[in-house]
Amino acid sequence: MTTTLTPESLHIPESSLATEARAAVVVWQREMIRFVKDRSRILSSLAQPLLFLFVLGSGLGSLLNSSAGGSVQFTTFLFPGVMAISVLFTAAFAGISIVWDREFGFLREMLVAPVSTASILVGKALGGASVATLQCLVLLALAGLVGVPYDPLMLLGMIGLIFLMAFMITALGLVLAARVRQVQTAMPLVQLVITPLMFLSGALFPLSGLPTWLTVLTHVNPMTYAVEPLRSLVFDHLDVDAATRARFDPGIVWGTWVVPVGVQILMTIGFCVLLLALAVWRFRRTE
Amino acid sequence: MDTTTGPSGPAVSVRGLVKRYGSGEKQVEAVRGIDLEVARGETFGFLGPNGAGKSTTINILCTLVEPTAGDAEVVGLDVVRDRAAVRRRIGLVFQDPTLDGPMSGEQNLRFHQELYGVDRRRAPGRREEVLRMVGLWERRADEVRTYSGGMRRRLEIARGLLHSPQVLFLDEPTIGLDPQTRGSIWDYVAELHHTEEITVFVTTHYMDEAEHCDRIAIMNEGRIVALDTPDALKAQVGADRVTITTDDDEAALRALRTEFGLEGAVREGVVSIAVPDGAGFVPRLFDRLGVGIRSVTVTRPSLDDVFLAHTGTTIRDAETGPSMHPMAMRMRGR
Repeated sequence: MTTTLTPESLHIPESSLATEARAAVVVWQREMIRFVKDRSRILSSLAQPLLFLFVLGSGLGSLLNSSAGGSVQFTTFLFPGVMAISVLFTAAFAGISIVWDREFGFLREMLVAPVSTASILVGKALGGASVATLQCLVLLALAGLVGVPYDPLMLLGMIGLIFLMAFMITALGLVLAARVRQVQTAMPLVQLVITPLMFLSGALFPLSGLPTWLTVLTHVNPMTYAVEPLRSLVFDHLDVDAATRARFDPGIVWGTWVVPVGVQILMTIGFCVLLLALAVWRFRRTE
Repeated sequence: MDTTTGPSGPAVSVRGLVKRYGSGEKQVEAVRGIDLEVARGETFGFLGPNGAGKSTTINILCTLVEPTAGDAEVVGLDVVRDRAAVRRRIGLVFQDPTLDGPMSGEQNLRFHQELYGVDRRRAPGRREEVLRMVGLWERRADEVRTYSGGMRRRLEIARGLLHSPQVLFLDEPTIGLDPQTRGSIWDYVAELHHTEEITVFVTTHYMDEAEHCDRIAIMNEGRIVALDTPDALKAQVGADRVTITTDDDEAALRALRTEFGLEGAVREGVVSIAVPDGAGFVPRLFDRLGVGIRSVTVTRPSLDDVFLAHTGTTIRDAETGPSMHPMAMRMRGR
C-alpha cells in the first residue's frame, strides 16, 4: 500500500482564524446545497408574501385609497413590509432547522469538530441570511408592479438591508432552537415568536397614531429597526410630498427624538451580534 | 510530555476514572474507577452489556464528557485540558448516525475535511482513498438518504479516517446491522491495520465481535472486571463444554459422577459437561459411560462464558436487568 498517507503527512493544523473561517464557510455551503436542492420549498415560501402583497395589499388598499387619497398606493407602502415578512419566515425557519440537524445527528458531527461553536453558528446564520435574501430577489423583481422604481442603488441597498435583517432573524431562530429537542415543537414555537414580531414591526401598517401600549411594544421589537430603514430607502426613491410620506413612513420616534436611519441600522447590527452570542452561549451549555 | 506524545507512548491511558451523574439520592455512578492502557496500533475492545459504562468511558476519551475524577490521556494529551488537540487526533464513529441525508456521500466527507482543516491539495485524494476502502467510491455522488444502513455505517467509518487520526473510536459500530453487514464492518476495521497506522478503540455488546480485538476489557456496572487477550480470557474460564444427547439422561448423569467424578447438567434434553480438554475427553466418554450416546458436540469456551464467569450473569440477562432497574442491579452486584 504505497499510496497510503501516513498520519504525519495529513497533519491537522492547530486552531487559527483560518480554520475557524473554513468551518463557517463549509456550514454556509451546506445551507446553499440544501436550498438549491429544495426547489419546492422555494416556491411554496414565495406564496405567502405574494398573498400579502397582492391580496391583502389590494384589498386594504382599495379601502384606504378611496377615503384618504394620496399619491401612494397601499401596495407600494406594503412592498418593503412584505420583504420583511418573507425574511421573517424564511430566516426563522433556517435558524430553527438546526433542530432537524440535531434530530438526524448531524449537529453532533459539527459540534465535535475541533472548531468553536461560534464558527458553526456563524456559518448557519450566514446560510439562513443568504437563503432568505435569495428568496427576496424574486420579490424585488416585482417592484415595478407596485410602483417602486428599479433604481440600481436602491435595489443594492435593499439587498444589503434584507441580508442584515435575515441574519438577525436566523440568529433569533438559533436562540430558540438551542433548547428544543423535538421537531414537532419547533414549528409552533417559531409561529409563536414570529407572528407578534411581524404585526408589531410596522411591516403591515405605519407606526403612527397608535395607542401608547402598542407603541411601546413596537419600540421593543428588534424587527421594527430592521423594517424602517428598508421602507425609508424605498420612500427616498418615490415622488411623494412630505405630508403623504409622514402618513405612510412616519419613522421611529422615541419621545420627541426621531431615531435616524443610521442609528437603526447600527441597532440591527447590534441585535445580530447579541442574538448570535446568546445562541452560542445557549448551545455551549446544552450540547 | 514529549516522550508520551511520541510514537512510543500509549494511545490511551486512563487512571482512576470516575463519572457520576446527578446528585444526592438520584446520583448514578456510571464509571466507578477504571484503569487501563491501550498500546499504539492495538485494536482494543470494550465489552459489556448496555448501561455498563462503556459509552460514558468512550465519551470521556473523546472529550465529549468531563470525568468526575481521575485522568484520561489520548496520545499523551489530557482529554480535559487539551480538548481541541485531542479532537484533532481522533476519529469518531458514534452509535447513532451523524450523516447529512440530503448531501451526497462525497459532500459529507468534504464537509468533514473542511471542518477539520485538512490540507486542500490532499483532500480529494484522501477522499477517494477512504471511499474506495469502504467500497463506496461508485456511490459517492448519491445522496446519503438513498444508502442502506450498512453503507451509512461504512461511510461514517470512512469519514472517521479522513483526517488520518491516530486513534479511531468506534462506539457500537455494528449495532442494528444484520450479521453479514456486521462481518463486513469488522473486515474493514481489520484492514485498517494494514493500510493505516492506527489504534482502534471499539465498544460492543456482541460477544462474538470481541474476537476481532487484540485485547478486550470486560466492563460491568461501571468497573472493568477482566482485561486480557480473548484467548487468555477464555483460558481463564478453562473448561471446554461437551454436550451429549443420550438414551437415558439420568443414567448418564450417574455414570458421569461415578466413572469420571464430573457433575453434568441436563437442560432441554441435553447433558452438558465442563472439562479441561473436550476433544481428548470424548473417546473416554464413549468407552466408559455405558449409556447410549446419540450425538456429541464439543465447544471451546466463548466470551459469553468469560462474561458469565466474571459477572455471574449472562450478557443477555445483564442487558434486560440493569438498564431498567439500576437499583436492583446494584443490590444484586454486591
